Amino acid sequence: MSGNMNLTLKVWRQKNDKATGNLVTYPVKDISPDMSFLEMFDVLNEQLITKGEEPIAFDHDCREGICGMCSMFINGQPHGPKRGVTTCQLHMRSFKDGDTIVVEPWRAAAFPVIKDLTVDRSAFDRIISKGGFISVNTGNAQDANNIPIPKPDADAAFNAAACIGCGACVATCKNSSAMLFVSAKISQLALLPQGQVERISRAKNMVAQMDEEGFGNCTNTGACEVECPKGISLENIARMNREFFAANIKE
Amino acid sequence: MSKLDSKIPEGKLEEKWEKYKSTVALVNPANKRSLEVIVVGSGLAGASAAASLAEMGYKVKCFCFQDSARRAHSIAAQGGINAAKNYQNDGDSTYRLFYDTVKGGDYRAREANVYRLASVSANIIDQCVAQGVPLAREYGGMLSNRSFGGTQVQRTFYAAGQTGQQLLLGAYSALQRQVGLGTVEMLPRHEMLDVVTIEGKARGVIARDLITGKLERHFGHAVLLCTGGYGNVFYLSTNAMGANVTAAWKAHKKGAFFGNPCFTQIHPTCIPVSGDHQSKLTLMSESLRNDGRIWVPKKQGDTRKANEIPEEERDYYLERRYPAFGNLVPRDVASRAAKERCDAGYGVGNSKMAVYLDFKAAIARYGHTHAIKLGTNNPTAEQLKKFGKEVVEEKYGNLFEMYEQITGENPYELPMRIYPAVHYTMGGLWVDYNLMTTVPGLYALGEANFSDHGANRLGASALMQGLADGYFVIPYTLGAYLSKEISVKAIPTTHEAFVEAEKSAQAIIDKLFAIKGTKSVDHFHKALGKIMWNKCGMARNANGLKEAIQEIRTLREEFWKDVRVTGSANEFNPELEKAGRVADFLELGELMCMDALNRNESCGGHFREESQTEDGEAKRDDANYSYVAAWENKGNNNYELHKEELVFDVVHPSQRSYK
Repeated sequence: MSGNMNLTLKVWRQKNDKATGNLVTYPVKDISPDMSFLEMFDVLNEQLITKGEEPIAFDHDCREGICGMCSMFINGQPHGPKRGVTTCQLHMRSFKDGDTIVVEPWRAAAFPVIKDLTVDRSAFDRIISKGGFISVNTGNAQDANNIPIPKPDADAAFNAAACIGCGACVATCKNSSAMLFVSAKISQLALLPQGQVERISRAKNMVAQMDEEGFGNCTNTGACEVECPKGISLENIARMNREFFAANIKE
Repeated sequence: MSKLDSKIPEGKLEEKWEKYKSTVALVNPANKRSLEVIVVGSGLAGASAAASLAEMGYKVKCFCFQDSARRAHSIAAQGGINAAKNYQNDGDSTYRLFYDTVKGGDYRAREANVYRLASVSANIIDQCVAQGVPLAREYGGMLSNRSFGGTQVQRTFYAAGQTGQQLLLGAYSALQRQVGLGTVEMLPRHEMLDVVTIEGKARGVIARDLITGKLERHFGHAVLLCTGGYGNVFYLSTNAMGANVTAAWKAHKKGAFFGNPCFTQIHPTCIPVSGDHQSKLTLMSESLRNDGRIWVPKKQGDTRKANEIPEEERDYYLERRYPAFGNLVPRDVASRAAKERCDAGYGVGNSKMAVYLDFKAAIARYGHTHAIKLGTNNPTAEQLKKFGKEVVEEKYGNLFEMYEQITGENPYELPMRIYPAVHYTMGGLWVDYNLMTTVPGLYALGEANFSDHGANRLGASALMQGLADGYFVIPYTLGAYLSKEISVKAIPTTHEAFVEAEKSAQAIIDKLFAIKGTKSVDHFHKALGKIMWNKCGMARNANGLKEAIQEIRTLREEFWKDVRVTGSANEFNPELEKAGRVADFLELGELMCMDALNRNESCGGHFREESQTEDGEAKRDDANYSYVAAWENKGNNNYELHKEELVFDVVHPSQRSYK
């Protein structure tokens, strides 16, 4: 079909967490601009299977930009060149015929590679389990409208809560800092009246776990905000720092 | 004599659940500590169940195939969650929510279950807000509601177009809290490959660690399947790529009956297929039909661009056929009407399998009202368009953006192209009032069971059901069973039942690798999807279904002779995972066609061409089909049908009309 593209892919192949990886070059032909980046990988994998080679392992699930599972580092940018989208929503019309595209996994000490482009992000779950919640058992709740919340606060909490936990912020950060992710959850709960009771312990415990996982510190380069597919604001990190500081004083 | 006992409590409809809760057997806290519960799946149903049961004191293990509990596909739900709060003072009540749901399901759901669902709906909202779920609010600080399809009240709570995400993250936070407290062991990247039964009771699972490839044995006094729906049997659907039937299907093969497998919801407004490469379909929220007008050209095979077709040559076929409801007919009706036009040669776009959803009229209308609001006298055409676009953007901006992202077309200038797509499955494992399947100790929650939506689910009710089952139903009903299990010590996984189950799971894996065929797993999945879509999709007939059954059998044979699974078993191997799932879809597909063939009536999303009114509408046959079809697996793809008669004490079934 006219408008279809021929591309050269350089893809990170790594057998498992212990093996050494390397970039392998694959030509792909006749790629429709309407394909998503992951569908282009489906085409490549189909070719590899036909040739009897092992397909490239990559994480993906919902393919509509909300589950946070897809995670490719494309030409040096998490989720590729387009802003505000995940890799599954990146379409091939963002590339030109003849392009060479380098695809790597998320790179961070706290996100070890499992295979090829798949990494282990369970550190995020462990951080949440240290305080990314409100301790309310099922059945404890009062009537929902007994807690009026000013709309601007509710909206700000929602904006922070839009984080999909994909890890692009960590992948793009030169320090592999997880502060955008952690601060989004701390902010969401700090902005709401329901979150006040555990405010101090939450900030301290989540930050402690973040450090223990081996994520780096924030040096305010702001790349995380730029690359975040959900537009999570850097303001959250400032809020987290205040929360953490206040928690230490109040102790 | 049917083996099915729905265990619906005696008494008046509105008193059944209250009475049940007050009289059901309890398990004391000391005993809960030694009772182990396995939860498979971590979506709304699974995460809420695992967290709630752990809070109560049970020892819980929770499994999901994704890399984190937070990825479950509940996260993709857009629109909202229904609850009979009556915050809007518009006459809503538990009874109305119950009634709308039974009617919306075209009278193929159980009254008692639906009433219970409606009565716990308000508690869900309270629980979620207490967890810090940021639902939309009004300026006064109170919760906001909107309308949704099939109802006349505003009872839908929402968080922009990300309601599922926010509710799931709430349940996930409750779950992770329990993980942190050590009461839940979370096993992500694990896939359940079999249920272990001992003396007829579910006593554990075999799961594959997807990273190492190792098969593991896990004991539980009870097993809860919260594994979602099976829409991916159609290959193309709005489901996530990993969504599958494997856990439910293995349970089915171990004795759990499958209820109404043919009941599939096809959502009318999805972005159409753009080519053979397409891997999934994306939904455009139902709310767009409030303002968009659906049309096709009046001329067959018209190749002109949408904007070149003058008004008088456009056929607004929904408004023409259903003047009373127009573009807001229910999902099943809208979907069938789009298919009818495209099949007759009026479809648009490259594939000719799409219709237009046009916002031109809405932009013009809003432009005028907005100009009045601004006090702009004699606005120019350009101004009107600008004002109109602003209003539309505020209402649907994120959806328009998503559409442009995928299609590369600007829907403010050109009408959207849409087509129906598989979205949800009302069918699932048959469960009684306790949510227990026909295997004692084995439960199914959320979309994985068949229970509450009949033949058609109303919008914003899936989230409600998943959370109702997990937060407020299973914590009570599980006790009814476990109170009799307190003397059962944890069974060592060296028990022969575990050994046997692991062996049979291993045998399937070995068999898949041994084939060394020539065609990829996806090849077979796509072929199955085509058969299902063409012959067991929006319209079904006896001949087509009989053909489909034959075709699926042939395809299944071919799969087991010619599939190529690359790599090895003892490593991270997504191709192997897919192969196992497609193998199960190849069996389920046949059963869905058998069920559709058996049900020679049209109801809800199930349209049998033989059973329609003179003007082409769905015609129910209450005299012969007012039952739940529960299929028992007899081995080797043989099935026996059991019927659970549906009794309507309160709501009286009537024919739906939207003219």
